[in-house]
Amino acid sequence: MVELNALSACDGLLPVEHGRLTLREETLGAITSLAPFKGQGKALSAALQAAHGVGFPAPNRMEVSGDVACVWTGRDQAFLLGPQPDAGLGAMAAVTDQSDAWAVVLLSGEGAEDVLARLVPVDLRPAAFPLHAAVRTELGHMAVSIMRIEAGLRIMAFRSMAATLVHELSDAMAAVEARRRLS
Amino acid sequence: MRIPCPICGTRDRREFYYQGAASMLDRPAAEAPLEVWHDYLHLRDNPAGGTRDLWYHASGCGSWLVVERDTVTHEVLGAALVEACDAD
Ligand SMILES: [Zn+2]
Repeated sequence: MVELNALSACDGLLPVEHGRLTLREETLGAITSLAPFKGQGKALSAALQAAHGVGFPAPNRMEVSGDVACVWTGRDQAFLLGPQPDAGLGAMAAVTDQSDAWAVVLLSGEGAEDVLARLVPVDLRPAAFPLHAAVRTELGHMAVSIMRIEAGLRIMAFRSMAATLVHELSDAMAAVEARRRLS
Repeated sequence: MRIPCPICGTRDRREFYYQGAASMLDRPAAEAPLEVWHDYLHLRDNPAGGTRDLWYHASGCGSWLVVERDTVTHEVLGAALVEACDAD
């Protein structure tokens, strides 16, 4: 039997710090896409609530209960973050394991919104993007999901884009920090 | 330019892909005359004023939208889903 070592998507790339800004990788456990079948949205939400303590999120929102989160990621689609999905969910939705498909990073520190303002065409300041808000948008030309959690702004990008994601964010962090030093 | 996605809210134009005139939704019957198919495939109005176009919210929710806008003032007048979400 070959001994294989699991590497995270941002292995060797993170953490990165620029002044008061920090970018680090997050490990969420399982990432499962849930796409409710026709007419099954409410039933799926109820089953999710019973099994995992979170409902199916409204657009631009995430639902959180302890270590479990369910984040809206598109039309009739959400990701369950954390636990292995209850087997019963498969009766109401297309359920796919995407745990190894995503690079998940957390941007935190004063000025995190200024960093993303350079890369993302959505207003992510707290007044417009409060706790547990979530958007599907783009960062540069990469498709991303962004959500606000207590610890900062979480960004999920395709795993194959991990190095580009870190590069773009790190450059913007350095630029924001340089400007702060000048002012 | 911003487009009011009925699902995501008002979002920047760069999140959207432009397809063309919304008349593409009015597909003729398979046995329709050749002239009707020719009109559907190739002939487009070029209005000065209100127009209806198909846009895809590629970097957002992934919905096809019919966006109404004014080609003279560039005002975006509204957007509607081509098909309603069907999970609920
Ligand atoms: Zn949308």
